Amino acid sequence: MSDPSERLLTTPPGLVRRRRWGRAFELVCLGTTVVGVVFLAIMLVDILIDGAGWLTATFFTESPSRFPSRAGIKPALAGTLWLMGLVALIAFPLGVAAAVYLEEYASRSWVQAVIQTNIANLAGVPSIVYGILGLAVFVRWMFVLTGGRSVLSGALTISLLVLPVIIIAGQEAIRAVPSSIREASYGLGATRWQTVRHHVLPNALPGIMTGTILALSRAIGETAPLIMMGALTFIAFVPDGPRDAFTVLPIQIFNWASRPQDEFRNLAAAAIIVLLVLLLSMNALAIWLRNKYRKEW
Amino acid sequence: MTIDPTSRPVDVGPGGPARDAAEGRDVATTADPARPVAGDPPQPGPRLTGAGRALKERAIGAALALAGAVSILTTVGIVVVLVWESVGFFRHVPVLDFLTGTEWTPLFQPQRFGVLPLLVGSVLIALVASLIAVPLGLGAAIYLSEYSPRNVRDVLKPILEILAGIPTVVYGYFALTFVTPVLRHMIPGLGIFNALSAGIVVGIMILPLIASLSEDAMAAVPRELRQGAYALGSTKLEVATRVVTPAALSGIVASFILAVSRAIGETMAVVLAAGMTPQLTFDPRESVQTMTAYIVQVSLGDTPFGSIEYQSIFAVGLLLFMVTLVMNIFGRWFLNRYREVYA
Amino acid sequence: MPTIKVTAEGTPALETRDLSVFYGDNEAVKSISMEVPKNKIVALIGPSGCGKSTLIRCFNRMNDLVPNARVEGQVIFRGENLYANHVDPVEVRRRIGMVFQKPNPFPKSIYDNVAFGPRINGVDGDLDEIVERSLMQAALWEEVKDRLEVSALELSGGQQQRLCIARALAVTPEVLLMDEPASALDPIATSKIEELIQELVKNYTIVIVTHNMQQAARVSDYTAYLYLGELMEYDETDKIFTAPSERSTEDYVTGRFG
Repeated sequence: MSDPSERLLTTPPGLVRRRRWGRAFELVCLGTTVVGVVFLAIMLVDILIDGAGWLTATFFTESPSRFPSRAGIKPALAGTLWLMGLVALIAFPLGVAAAVYLEEYASRSWVQAVIQTNIANLAGVPSIVYGILGLAVFVRWMFVLTGGRSVLSGALTISLLVLPVIIIAGQEAIRAVPSSIREASYGLGATRWQTVRHHVLPNALPGIMTGTILALSRAIGETAPLIMMGALTFIAFVPDGPRDAFTVLPIQIFNWASRPQDEFRNLAAAAIIVLLVLLLSMNALAIWLRNKYRKEW
Repeated sequence: MTIDPTSRPVDVGPGGPARDAAEGRDVATTADPARPVAGDPPQPGPRLTGAGRALKERAIGAALALAGAVSILTTVGIVVVLVWESVGFFRHVPVLDFLTGTEWTPLFQPQRFGVLPLLVGSVLIALVASLIAVPLGLGAAIYLSEYSPRNVRDVLKPILEILAGIPTVVYGYFALTFVTPVLRHMIPGLGIFNALSAGIVVGIMILPLIASLSEDAMAAVPRELRQGAYALGSTKLEVATRVVTPAALSGIVASFILAVSRAIGETMAVVLAAGMTPQLTFDPRESVQTMTAYIVQVSLGDTPFGSIEYQSIFAVGLLLFMVTLVMNIFGRWFLNRYREVYA
Repeated sequence: MPTIKVTAEGTPALETRDLSVFYGDNEAVKSISMEVPKNKIVALIGPSGCGKSTLIRCFNRMNDLVPNARVEGQVIFRGENLYANHVDPVEVRRRIGMVFQKPNPFPKSIYDNVAFGPRINGVDGDLDEIVERSLMQAALWEEVKDRLEVSALELSGGQQQRLCIARALAVTPEVLLMDEPASALDPIATSKIEELIQELVKNYTIVIVTHNMQQAARVSDYTAYLYLGELMEYDETDKIFTAPSERSTEDYVTGRFG
């Protein structure tokens, strides 16, 4: 073929240099990506090492105590579950209703634009500001209704916090439903609500559920707003009703982590493991739902 | 698109066997003299005035609109609450003293209400966090967008998302029990509570935000632009750094702004790691208190309603709200700019 | 398939030998052997999906960027096979330039667009001069000489395409590949591009893909007709359009199909 000494199209020296920079750069970028992964791994391993030994049966059945060996997360876990349940009950219908309104009833109007911008803004507000709002409105102003520093107040506050997440996810899910389905429904003489109820919502439901679960997994880790609302850091009982005082796992973690003794730190780590397991399950559920109901339009 | 079929009463259409069949009921096979049979000319069916239905539709629409209005009410509520109590606060503390004073001692005597230590504390932590998150996040975005093969990307992206989903108390715990001890070995003079540890973990926390928003911005750069650059004899590095990144710049900048705003709003990680000592310092080895940490601190104690300490929560909260709001608006403005160019 | 030669003086600028391109199992280009003479315009025509874009992208190894594309056979340029192991595709692309169907200027200034190629390849000479020379060759200089720092995106479609041509010329290629360069432009801009091509061919070899037969007839010296990945006929343009040898060619150019 061609004489190697006369080859024209081999990599000229300038290009060799550029290529070397390119390879170095690629490695650097890979490195930056990996740093986060490595950090995550170290963090999880460290927490496991600190806390795994403390995941005994008593851990789940006892209340917090001055004595680390007798301390447990029962009230905190119960509070968390209560809170999640109430938030789901409050935020889900509200969020879905708002999403339906924005996409089906107010689509492309100035009202939608205003509410949309508003929701985008709310999504970026620090969670502690929601706590301030909850303190003033639900704990103080609506004292009679909510019972003051109660799990209901906390749930209302957290619902407001995660509402933007549910609404945005809901909107996307509703938008993904092809308009041909709506047209067919209207063409048969159905009203708007009938179309929504029988056609749009059922098809959008998996996406909405995924969004709700993701919102809940955000809610489960919220701490600061609840501290503001008086979810006290030393509660020894399980809530009996929505108007009862309460505490949640993240606050219990915070409490124990703030103490200087090593045993309490380990208890915090154990509680973190429980929290992360809950979180992982919820995310796994969301992913499973999404994959199971993924429709090819 | 919304067709509104309820703008006037709806006539339900022909009744009789056609409708029965459509609804799954058995069509009568025996001839009933009173009943029309298919093949007869269409008879006027029972007329539904539609008034009841239209009312029901309106009611449902109103209920849904109310749900939509909840978000507006939330914003109004936040603003009203913050401003109301702050007004009370600023009756006792002049706004200028608040904004420019360098000592913050509301819980001690003599009480001083200069918010600068808190503001600087928030900024310092956000700064440290950015120093970590910006290069790492951008590098990750470039790698995921321009270099990584599909299967690697499908593994790395979800892992980065997990980083974003971990609650902040967990990061705070890790900062306090692992990062700080490790750093104290390396850096003399590092306090048990310090802004550096807090900044580092907050940086890791916001890294996924920068990575995913920047990657979205880069992915939106059209393939033709990359092809044009390759056709001129560019290497991958040149395409990534000289064509794609500049083209995606407004999206990338948006990600920075939004991430910093997140960092400023961060609470539990900094409470645990940076402590609660309001000091006006830019030295990350010191303990600092952020605006968010102060608000938590007051809530942990017994502060009587209506006292000036109680009101100070709202004043600081108002400042926090405004700072983050401005940043978010800027960030989204940049985001819309890049979407406009390439959408 | 025997090599279809066209009579031309000297060694061809490009020559393909049994060139095939596979996307997965699909053979998009089937064993094509042809020569592209120096300083001539060769048009590739054929109905949609006939492989003409795939073929032209073999000439500057742009198909490398498609994940599941596989190339067999040879493309000879300056006595070397472009697909030999020792060949660097980046170097190939500096010597064989390409202009695309949709104008794709970078969102940078006019100056920076033209200067991009020379900058990354290590410029030989004064950058300002190179930019001016390229813009003049692309018949764009007069229109933009006073506003080189303006964003390229503010130019009209036709101007943007000429800018892309200037950009490609700035790295002094020997061959210019044009993949339907005027199909996204209005008729006036199109005729400007066609004039430009006929000027450029004095200094460059040009291969142009076009779905517009009249354009091929107006502009090119030789025309290759492809159908379903095969090179059906390749001859002087006049002959292809007035007295084609193959039935399929005749059907296509007379508009019976495609």
